[in-house]
Amino acid sequence: MTASALDATDRAIVRATQAGLPLCREPYQVVAEQLGLAATDVMERMRRMLERGVIRRIAAVPNHYALGYTANGMSVWDVEDARLAELGPAVGALPSVSHCYRRPRRPPDWPYNLFAMVHGHSRDEVEAEVARIAALLGPACRAHEVLYSTAILKKTGLRLGG
Amino acid sequence: MLSDTDRRVIDVLQTGFPIVARPFAAVAPKLGMGEDELIATVTRLREDGVLSRFGPMYDAEALGGAFTLCAMAVPEERFAAVTETVNAFPEVAHNYRRAHRFNMWFVLATERPAAIAATIARIEAATGLPVLDLPKLEEYFLALRLQA
Repeated sequence: MTASALDATDRAIVRATQAGLPLCREPYQVVAEQLGLAATDVMERMRRMLERGVIRRIAAVPNHYALGYTANGMSVWDVEDARLAELGPAVGALPSVSHCYRRPRRPPDWPYNLFAMVHGHSRDEVEAEVARIAALLGPACRAHEVLYSTAILKKTGLRLGG
Repeated sequence: MLSDTDRRVIDVLQTGFPIVARPFAAVAPKLGMGEDELIATVTRLREDGVLSRFGPMYDAEALGGAFTLCAMAVPEERFAAVTETVNAFPEVAHNYRRAHRFNMWFVLATERPAAIAATIARIEAATGLPVLDLPKLEEYFLALRLQA
């Protein structure tokens, strides 16, 4: 999937909807009117972007903090490469894990190749979830750490520009 | 304070929202609500910040952007100054302080992949500190489902 697979109309739809859908009876119609398109065209293009993975899903995203998930930790794991294809998806599927990625090791400074962002109602709950991941990985994991954030230094939204 | 209805709305809508002419009308019966009541509930949850977003989640890489996660071990006495230097780069999207030897973690976002390495080189030159470049190699993705 590359950007070139999106035409100018697709990109106009992305720009019009990336901050959210209008909250009204016919949201796709409203987007279509803004762009001078037919609602059926907007819906068809969004369906195709959904099928191709350009849109991951259309949904409500709850704020972790508002739901009481005030603690989070970035857990990092040194997992046998040969086992990652099997174990990565298992970690990613845990309900407490929001993001799970394979990233490169950078020896000698950085031995970890699996990152899992773990959320909980408290630090203790995060630690319990991390213990659950450790049990799931078993001997395939040589070491792990949890990095807690202590300050947000900068936060800007990721947006498609002009 | 969230009502039971609010929690059910969040629970159902975080799994998906249909692409049909009247999507709220399509979902509302599952929640035992009317279309307008559901719209009003979502609007309130959005305004109260209980929902941080409502709509399509785009895959930023599929849109053509390039991203990486970077880490730096910043000496404590230089932390404030380095934060200012790093944050001044428009390519730095998020930046978190974390309790670790690698105490600064930021995401770089550029329009083209080649700009990532160039930006890292500029940050290293500006700060005099090495940057760990930890791009995503694979994502083990499953839609997050929080217990509302």
